[in-house]
Amino acid sequence: MYLLKLILRNALRHKLRTLLTVLGLLVAILSFGLLQTVVDAWYTGANSAAPDRLVTRSAVSLVVPLPVHYRDKIRAIDGVRSVASANWFAGVYQEPKNFFPQFAIDPATYLAMYPEYRIHPDQLRDFMRDRKGAVVGRKLADTYGFKLGDVVPLRGTIFAGNWEFVVRAIYEGATPKTDTSQFFFHWEYLNETVRTRAPQRANQVGVFVVQVSDVSRAAEISATIDAQFRNSPAETLTETEKAFQIGFIKQTEAIVIAIRIVSFVVIFIILAVMANTMAMTARERVGEHATLKALGFGPGFLGGLIYGESLTIAFAGAGLGVLLTFPVADWFGAKMGTLFPVFEVSTETVWLQFTCALVVGVAAAVVPAWRAARVRIVEGLRAVG
Amino acid sequence: MSQSAPAVAIRHLTKTYRRGGQVVPVLEDISFDIAAGDFVALMGPSGSGKSTLLNLIAGIDRPDSGELRVADVDIMQLDEAGLADWRARNVGFIFQFYNLMPVLTAMENVELPLLLTGLAARDRRERVEVALGMVGLSDRMTHYPSELSGGQQQRVAIARAIITDPTILVADEPTGDLDRASADDILALMDRLNGELGKTIIMVTHDPHAAQRARRTRHLEKGLLTD
Repeated sequence: MYLLKLILRNALRHKLRTLLTVLGLLVAILSFGLLQTVVDAWYTGANSAAPDRLVTRSAVSLVVPLPVHYRDKIRAIDGVRSVASANWFAGVYQEPKNFFPQFAIDPATYLAMYPEYRIHPDQLRDFMRDRKGAVVGRKLADTYGFKLGDVVPLRGTIFAGNWEFVVRAIYEGATPKTDTSQFFFHWEYLNETVRTRAPQRANQVGVFVVQVSDVSRAAEISATIDAQFRNSPAETLTETEKAFQIGFIKQTEAIVIAIRIVSFVVIFIILAVMANTMAMTARERVGEHATLKALGFGPGFLGGLIYGESLTIAFAGAGLGVLLTFPVADWFGAKMGTLFPVFEVSTETVWLQFTCALVVGVAAAVVPAWRAARVRIVEGLRAVG
Repeated sequence: MSQSAPAVAIRHLTKTYRRGGQVVPVLEDISFDIAAGDFVALMGPSGSGKSTLLNLIAGIDRPDSGELRVADVDIMQLDEAGLADWRARNVGFIFQFYNLMPVLTAMENVELPLLLTGLAARDRRERVEVALGMVGLSDRMTHYPSELSGGQQQRVAIARAIITDPTILVADEPTGDLDRASADDILALMDRLNGELGKTIIMVTHDPHAAQRARRTRHLEKGLLTD
């Protein structure tokens, strides 16, 4: 108790210096938390992928479509429970900056494969009945103010022309990490329209989502699917949903690595600031440390004082930084709109923030504590007066 | 300590410092005893080695050679940890500039050495109250050093020095930073500690007026004991 009191009072001895150091730590820990959350957001798709879902796409490129009739052949493979198709639509809502993912799907099978998208049965029924109907995620609806019955016009880019959809359902996420920024509509509607505008592009899909009945056979089933279409005009590449998502991330991996590096550079900078603060503190107290040693206190006690003070300051800054991370992440996530489908501060990030504070607190105290432990009493006492 | 053993027994003590490449002798072949319950003033000009001698007796510096027994313990044989433990039990320090912890109250400063004794907080508090009462600061217990005069701060330092009931009290220019009236108060207090409580006191001073309070005065000059 006495030691804690002494540590706390020492930490508050130079209030302005301590306040500025805590402020620096707050900013560093907050920045670190936000940057880590950005990295987490990047991996949301991969992390929320289900192990029993595979994605089959063209072996040539993702932009090369596959014939829709592959669906029946894939469904017939042993171990396949269900097959759904999806087309990337890439329409523009009002202006290009309003980006959100849009997919033309075969609704009955596709939505059944994604139980994490929670849709009210009445709304699902309305969607299924309306060939121009659309299902939008809660985050997307909130971002653009979409309500049931609203008509959403999209300007086609891959599929030229102006398209209109009616919001018939709004899905909620099963967990806070579920992506609710997507827009789904009927593949049939897309296909019928394409057939009239560009018949050669009809009856094609972007990818097939394949649900397997036994996760342990995923690799084997993937190989079987690809073997089925080997030497055909449209060869396939099948992989787990997670691998498929990671493939996307890899295209921007340099950015993710840069963000990670910057987040740790921020921590290193605050470590230097903190180490300087503790070095100044220890230098100013050489006389006190010598007095304590003269009274019989050992290096352990002096080390305890210095480590304690350093950790107190580090955790004060970290505590405030972590507390602020949540509202700032909420604000940042809202500002980013649907660019980051999920922008949630994870428990792992909070632990990392506190771990960084621990490392900073300990590392900043190492040299001052070592010097205090080695101070010669006679020389230290000369510093007093 | 045996009945007849002196509080401090010094034999052929030498101490040198290295300055640049040169060896500078500070104390040369010092031998004398300080009886238990004595009050000795060490006097001499600057650089005579009196503070060095006090530091050696207090166990905060080590001699080059000779013998040094304090409270019948050959402190030259103790390692750093052993010496620290010995100091905590046997030496009370009174410094010229008081050396109080500025973030602790008078009470907490006096309590500090008791942290090494394993006493319970309640017992520590009782002892602190008695010690501060003895130095006349019962009404200043919750004051911080910055809220006390120089004389009062030195009283707190004396209370801290006696709180563990040490074998010897070492005082390095205890009145050097005080005005005459405060200095007289402090010397009177030390006189009381010696006369009434039988504390062995070794005091370094420049001030002949302060030295008059001691029972004996030893003079050093250029590292040699002159009387």
